[in-house]
Amino acid sequence: MLLFVALISFLIFRFVGNPVENLMGQEATLAQRAALEEALGLNDPIHIQYFDFLWKAVRFDFGNSYRGALPVAELIVSRLPATLELALTSAVFAVIFGVFMGVYTAINRGSVITNFILSSSLIGVSLPTFLIGVLLIWLFSVELNWLPSFGRGEVVDLGWWKTGFLSESGLKSLVLPAITLGLYQMTLIMRLTRSEMLEVLRQDYIRLARALGLTNKAVYFFHALPNILIPVITIGGLQLGSVIAFAIITETVFQWPGVGLLFINAVYFVDIPVMSAYLLLVGFAFVLINLIVDLSYFFIDPRLRDSELKDEA
Amino acid sequence: MERFFRSDFFYHFRHAPVAIVSFVTIILIILAAIFANFIAPTNPFDPASLNLMNGFTPPLEANEFTGERFLLGTDDQGRDLFSTILYGLRISLFVGLMAVLLAMVMGVLLGLIAGFLGGWIDSVIMRFADIQMTFPSILVAMLIYGVARGILPPEVRYEMSIVVLIISIGLSEWVPFARTVRGSTLVEKEKEYVTAAKMIGLTRQQIMLRHILPNVLSPVLVIATITFALAIIAEATLSFLGVGVPSTKPSLGTLIRIGQDFLFSGEWWILLFPAVTLLALALSINLFGDWLRDILNPKLK
Repeated sequence: MLLFVALISFLIFRFVGNPVENLMGQEATLAQRAALEEALGLNDPIHIQYFDFLWKAVRFDFGNSYRGALPVAELIVSRLPATLELALTSAVFAVIFGVFMGVYTAINRGSVITNFILSSSLIGVSLPTFLIGVLLIWLFSVELNWLPSFGRGEVVDLGWWKTGFLSESGLKSLVLPAITLGLYQMTLIMRLTRSEMLEVLRQDYIRLARALGLTNKAVYFFHALPNILIPVITIGGLQLGSVIAFAIITETVFQWPGVGLLFINAVYFVDIPVMSAYLLLVGFAFVLINLIVDLSYFFIDPRLRDSELKDEA
Repeated sequence: MERFFRSDFFYHFRHAPVAIVSFVTIILIILAAIFANFIAPTNPFDPASLNLMNGFTPPLEANEFTGERFLLGTDDQGRDLFSTILYGLRISLFVGLMAVLLAMVMGVLLGLIAGFLGGWIDSVIMRFADIQMTFPSILVAMLIYGVARGILPPEVRYEMSIVVLIISIGLSEWVPFARTVRGSTLVEKEKEYVTAAKMIGLTRQQIMLRHILPNVLSPVLVIATITFALAIIAEATLSFLGVGVPSTKPSLGTLIRIGQDFLFSGEWWILLFPAVTLLALALSINLFGDWLRDILNPKLK
């Protein structure tokens, strides 16, 4: 899968736009062009070029951006912390509130608050991400003037990682983008948790737990909740992929200096090396997320851990 | 027609208030877009009708220079917002509809071929679909848009932007169609009527298009409805990000972007009205699609 993404990324890199034209400008002679083509390896057979591209990608060498002539890898590395902090915060927000609200709406079926949460979640799903962002800016930045509407605020430089977690303005700037990015995921997780919870609560062992005289809290959180975590984590993990896509939108709305903003500018100015490197990065992120999701089953599901239990199952 | 009014479908429709409200909203919005040039008081694309003095007129209030009143106010260039929204709706709906058609034709054909022929063709198509599926469609659309801009010579980029937009959104949404159609084709091709068609010596093309296709189309309708909402949102998102339609012909997304720029100076109406229109449209299509899915899926009835 990663190889396939790399192939597409390579094809974009190689065939869209002409690097020679871009590097040399109009005045170059034919001889100079030929020399550059040779130096860039453009005359090699296509599969050799592909392996060359892969080999360079493994060493994080994506060439230079057409705009600004900085190495693409350097650009991406400098922007990555911003995106990762944003994605992480919004994922934590989405999981905590999603699971909590899902459990709540499953336990209190038909209550006023449940109906309110469920119907507003439907609107939440239909609201495009950018609209959520703009509306939040309107409410909290323009009308109430509580939170900043763009940028990361003050960042603390830890040498290789510039973090916004350590300053007050950094944390404040994080709130609105994180909510914007996490809201859609939150509604999905909530709906999933709710339906799984309703399913689990009908089962015999829950009735047994109640018959043993356990409190509601113990039944819900120690007996029911662990059993719904697997589907929630699977879907939640797969959804992390769309977090990356929505991060592009959120970063644009809030002018958040992350890789998504870099990508959308690359699309706008047809900066091919940045686009193809970003594609590879996203493909890599997907593979990594899937791996983490698979590994997490191991920690959640005792049947996978304990060999005795595995035989019974 | 009478048969339709007595059908189960119509019975369920009459008894579902959500379906009726959302359907009426969709129809009203579509009609408003089609007849925009009769309903709209001004033509926002005609520079002659614009008066810059009218800029930033709040809704229903008189402009302080010209004294003119506008139902929903005006934007920065003095365009009547109500007319601009109607004309913007045209672009949004047109792009959405074309993108869905493209995705549908492509997805249905590829799904049909994959399901009916099987073998390596099936593997190649579905493998590709799987990989595309792991990427969110808006990201795919952006990539295609970026690549298309790279391929096209700069002179035509501007005029072609709507076509490029339709192609990018269409290509990013074909997978669900292909998957569903492939699934039902696998079931249909084992049935006796297909064997009979083979016996009388029809070509594979004839069997696929004339015999199997009509029998796998009903779930396609549901997917098309939901994809339509997705395509409209995708168009608005791309235009909002500045990579969609040019700002001389603003769609709803472009209007919302313009609105965001003026939010801080207090001109809230430029943002609010296009946003509400977009939300009403997307929400109604989603609700109607949900209802359609429940009705057409016999398992849930």
